[in-house]
Amino acid sequence: MVCIQRIVLDVLKPHHPSALEFAEALAGVGSDYHVRLTVMEIDANTETLQIEVSAPAINFERVQAAITAMSGSLHSIDEVEVRSLPEHD
Amino acid sequence: MTNRSHLSQLLLDAGFLLRITRSQGIARRYFVVNGFDGALTMLGLLMGFVVSKPTDLAVVISVCMGAAIALGVSGVSSAYVSESAERKHSLAQLEDAMISDLSAGAHGKAVFWVPVLIALINGCAPLLISALIVVPLWLAYAGVLFPLSSLYLAMLVAMVLIFLLGVYLGRISGISWLRSGIQTLLSAALTVALIYLFAGY
Repeated sequence: MVCIQRIVLDVLKPHHPSALEFAEALAGVGSDYHVRLTVMEIDANTETLQIEVSAPAINFERVQAAITAMSGSLHSIDEVEVRSLPEHD
Repeated sequence: MTNRSHLSQLLLDAGFLLRITRSQGIARRYFVVNGFDGALTMLGLLMGFVVSKPTDLAVVISVCMGAAIALGVSGVSSAYVSESAERKHSLAQLEDAMISDLSAGAHGKAVFWVPVLIALINGCAPLLISALIVVPLWLAYAGVLFPLSSLYLAMLVAMVLIFLLGVYLGRISGISWLRSGIQTLLSAALTVALIYLFAGY
């Protein structure tokens, strides 16, 4: 079984919802999700974020859906850490 | 999910949408402005009945509620039309800045829900305040006896509500609540005086 354990995303979002609300929404995607959000750039209407999500098994579709639901736009996946877990009989 | 938790989730969602679109101040302003309109309209009607020939209480209640419902419907429709246009314009601007379609996100939802919420607040404010002012008339009609005329009592309720709206404005703006309350009360007193002056003869 292959699990995504860490992803670093480049995301553009409006000023509202705030970075705090955005990070909380992403952390709420599943249990044991750890989110580190860094605001890289602030424009008149938008903020560019670097978001690092780590969890034992990240559901990427749900992370992407949460970004869209919070009016964010995923620009790129900058880093990925995937682990293959041993199969148990 | 229980009904209570469902309701609290709805309120949280509504608060979130108002917050991200920065519409809380607009909703508050609409509530006070249209609530004040409702109270002052009722006060004007009641004063009109006071200076006129004695009228049947049922007629007074019908006239007041007719005006209240008209103010409510006017509040809902005018706020919905203007806020809907404003939200669509804001979303288009944000989509230009983001260079992406935001219709599936929170801002897209806000285009529909925020005008609905603001329209409800704008419509309910005069309706609720007018209904409170009419309560003494209803009670008198139902046979409850008061030490003074139910028309005067309803006018007193209107004055108290107008004062409270002023107090609320004072608390929001950070100025003296008493000063703000007295200011709104003075505008109510001016209304009463003008009606007495022009319609009292």
